[in-house]
Amino acid sequence: MTNLDPQLVWAFSGVLCLLAVSSLIGLALKAAIKKPEAQATIRNLNARIGAWWVMSAIFGLTLVIGQIGSLVLFGIMSLLALREYVTLLPTRRADHRTLFWSFFIFTPLQYFLIAIHWYGMFAILIPVYAFLFIPTRLAIAGDTESFLQRASTIQWGLMICIYCLSYAPALLMLKIPCYAPDAKLLLYLVLVDQLSDVLQYVWGKLLGKHKIAPVVSPNKTWEGFIGGVLTATLIGTALWWMTPFRPWVAGLVSLTITLMGFAGGLTMSAIKRDRGVKDYGTMIKGHGGILDRMDSMCFAAPIFFHIVRYFYVP
Amino acid sequence: MRAHPLAGIIAAAARLISGVQVRWVDSEPDPQQAVYFANHSSHLDFVVLWSSLPAEVRAVTRPVAAQDYWNAGLRRALAVKVFRAVLVARHVEKNEGHEGSANPRLAIEHMLEAMGDTDSLILFPEGTRGTGEEVAAFKSGLYYLCKHRPGLRLVPAYLNNLNRILPKGEVLPVPFISKLTFGSAIGLEPGENKLAFLARAREAVCRLRDLS
Repeated sequence: MTNLDPQLVWAFSGVLCLLAVSSLIGLALKAAIKKPEAQATIRNLNARIGAWWVMSAIFGLTLVIGQIGSLVLFGIMSLLALREYVTLLPTRRADHRTLFWSFFIFTPLQYFLIAIHWYGMFAILIPVYAFLFIPTRLAIAGDTESFLQRASTIQWGLMICIYCLSYAPALLMLKIPCYAPDAKLLLYLVLVDQLSDVLQYVWGKLLGKHKIAPVVSPNKTWEGFIGGVLTATLIGTALWWMTPFRPWVAGLVSLTITLMGFAGGLTMSAIKRDRGVKDYGTMIKGHGGILDRMDSMCFAAPIFFHIVRYFYVP
Repeated sequence: MRAHPLAGIIAAAARLISGVQVRWVDSEPDPQQAVYFANHSSHLDFVVLWSSLPAEVRAVTRPVAAQDYWNAGLRRALAVKVFRAVLVARHVEKNEGHEGSANPRLAIEHMLEAMGDTDSLILFPEGTRGTGEEVAAFKSGLYYLCKHRPGLRLVPAYLNNLNRILPKGEVLPVPFISKLTFGSAIGLEPGENKLAFLARAREAVCRLRDLS
């Protein structure tokens, strides 16, 4: 265990306070509201808050452990996300060994490349090497039925669940001048991205009327979207002190994170609707699966990483 | 019956690898003697089914497994010591054009003896692993068990996606999320003939497939 950065401790204490307040509100709502149709929503809300405590505890623990902790956490989340993804999509018997490579060779390799700070290979392992390997391995397996569809399904799963998600812990390998190389940026990304999700849900439940995309995601409303994006951006701006950004830059970056997060939620919902399911999994009580929770992160992390790397890493 | 010290760990590992989501439809776990019967598409089937039972039910439940696959080395040690598997010689039915390789009556006696008065069995009445798409016709073992044990509870179960995790002919598993659905117990009705009973038992498993 290394000496913890005081700013990291402050930010994380803020998370715990927020959770405590949410739990109190959840309890108050449970006691105050007796309408049976509202009670299901409140039960789900309390289940979500409970799961947030667990997720925050796990994430906090990995932050304390340091880079290896974050890599292991996100590596496991990548594997679980890919498992939810391939379970939902049609695969054929001949895909078996290609899938084995995806889970047990490419995923560990991608996270290993972050561990040894080999940026050049980290950035191309999946978009170049895995991209070409997958159709080749499928062709060797010899089943040509829906060939391109099967190859692209696996390629897309690797890109979203492994490549895009691995950008979050990859923040730890960025060397920014005059900025301590620790997990603060990762915490910042997770905070803004996840708060944006939560606040869009809260504003949507409070004021939501006009649906944005009724076919793709019936719970997303304009009121939730605008309220959530604005408040998460404000919080992200107010947290500029834990980033290398000036306040107005923190505002723009937070806005980008929230918009990318929205794009991720919408896209991953489209897949669920196509496959006729509500959630990717049941692992996180009240939330669904890992992919239901990390869909926004898959889209926000790579863009956030490249913004920071382009403008702040010499 | 006390469980092997590794039993809990292996059951937890099997649940983790298979990501199994267990559902009891119109039924609940019960340590009373029963035969759990399910569709068969993977070597992992009995491990996952056994692991998904609550510990006190698992402790009295013994899978029936093919002697030719589970009879050597580490597999045998696991099968016999941890799962307390009942190893039986696979029976190739004569009407399929092959020579019968084992005496089915002996296998039934072996199972009855293993059950005693308290233990339950896990049985795959298709006899061999399928592709995971169709449930094959049931072999007659289930019927003869009921004949010898009137009133025996038969609990149907459907295993989903195990054929994707470890299909026939593969050695290395790929993690998919699997599902296991248990249904309400059935039994041999008085006067019911073998074919009708086996068809009804198979139907009970197929119904769970449509639910899962």
